Amino acid sequence: MIFYISDIFFNIGRYYMLIIRTFSKPEKNYIFRKRVFEEIDTLGIGSLPLVLIISMFMGAVITIQAAFGFDSPWIPLYAVGMTTRDSVILEFSPTLVSLILAGKVGSSIASEIGTMRVSEQIDALEIMGVNSPTHLILPKITAAVLINPFLIVISMFAGIIGGWGFGVLTHVVTPYEYLYGIQYDFRTFNVIYALIKTVVFAFIISSVPAYHGYFTKGGSLEVGRSSTKSVVYSSILILVFNFILTQLLLA
Amino acid sequence: MIEIRNISKSFGQKQVLKNISFAAEQGKTTLVIGESGHGKTVLMKCIVGLEEVDQGAIFYDTRNFSEMNTKQRKGIRKEMGMLFQGAALFDSLSAEENVAFPLSMFTDMSEEEKAERVNFCLKKVNLENANKLFPSELSGGMKKRVGIARAIALSPKYLFCDEPNSGLDPITSLVIDDLIKEITQELNITTIVNTHDMNSVMGIGDKVIFIYKGQKWWEGNSKDILHTDNKEVSAFVGTAKVLKELRK
Repeated sequence: MIFYISDIFFNIGRYYMLIIRTFSKPEKNYIFRKRVFEEIDTLGIGSLPLVLIISMFMGAVITIQAAFGFDSPWIPLYAVGMTTRDSVILEFSPTLVSLILAGKVGSSIASEIGTMRVSEQIDALEIMGVNSPTHLILPKITAAVLINPFLIVISMFAGIIGGWGFGVLTHVVTPYEYLYGIQYDFRTFNVIYALIKTVVFAFIISSVPAYHGYFTKGGSLEVGRSSTKSVVYSSILILVFNFILTQLLLA
Repeated sequence: MIEIRNISKSFGQKQVLKNISFAAEQGKTTLVIGESGHGKTVLMKCIVGLEEVDQGAIFYDTRNFSEMNTKQRKGIRKEMGMLFQGAALFDSLSAEENVAFPLSMFTDMSEEEKAERVNFCLKKVNLENANKLFPSELSGGMKKRVGIARAIALSPKYLFCDEPNSGLDPITSLVIDDLIKEITQELNITTIVNTHDMNSVMGIGDKVIFIYKGQKWWEGNSKDILHTDNKEVSAFVGTAKVLKELRK
């Protein structure tokens, strides 16, 4: 038990030290910018199809479930649109999509950096005098923090459109009532709250796997383990921070 | 010149290096030899600062590397080149981009100047036609040669090679050895090579350090090593000689 507790503190301390090293001035600004754009393409644009598919079906399921639950003459049908909108904006897009990205993007970051570690590429950077965390991790964190809010906004639109399309197709809601519902009592703060959450989750999704990859020791087996661990820990952290941020921003 | 003074290193309870001292001279190749698992790689990692020593000091031309802070070390690291056991090329970059990497990072060279320097380095290792190939498309020997080209791109004062011949056929090993010797003499740099290849010892070793159980067991030149009375060194050299005879 004591070993596990000390291990947790050891990892928190080492993660903190790595983040401190990561946020140093990059060697050359134009190289940093180039790497950020490359990462935006890999981590952000590369995840777009997955985000779109998941969000559309997510919106569809929420609409059908809401219509099923609101099967009462006392509840207006436009409540289906309203429920879909709020569920998608408040929770499903920022949290669920971030959890899925933690799996897709997180495992790729951990395995990429882990492979670089075990094949001595990180040592090669250090020998050259390059600050390896700044060179490898900072562009990934910057890219994730910049692009994930856009992905989540796209996911919100896709979710709401998915709900509308599938809701109308399955005749659980009329187009007019759905559109009225998604506009009814709209609160801009909900979107701001979702975007704040997204930025924090983007930091977790990029930094936690980078940490696990950076301190990988051994061979390909350990790279696989780092990748798995990174997905597990970033998912748990997303859920914990989801609770903390919700309490702070909405309570 | 690199001077290693009484360095020791432990991992937990296990002492890997015990009180090692020697000097590597400029324009000469110093070979660190010994059986696998006796501390050669850890010694090299300590010399280049990838591992911190527990005791002792490392001097780069009178500059105490062990007492420097990260910023000061960065200055010296720009004077270092290293060839890793697996070459450690960046997978996402082509051969020429790998060689250009330190130039882009630490110089303000124009694209033309960089291209000229990259071509010079790749030509030096006889790889001028492989500049567009990626590491996954290169053979083991080619990777090592690109590794050497990258290591000399910034005209280093100190060159380190960790097992440059591991996994290579004897002919390619000779090519790599000749390259290391040529570069060391031509650029007048201080070179330290980790190896357990006796052919390298005889071919390029100006000075030989034999490491046994984490200690410096023997020091001399490549001619003396064949006639030493030291039991462990004789056993190491003898095995290599027997294998050589068997091959014949």
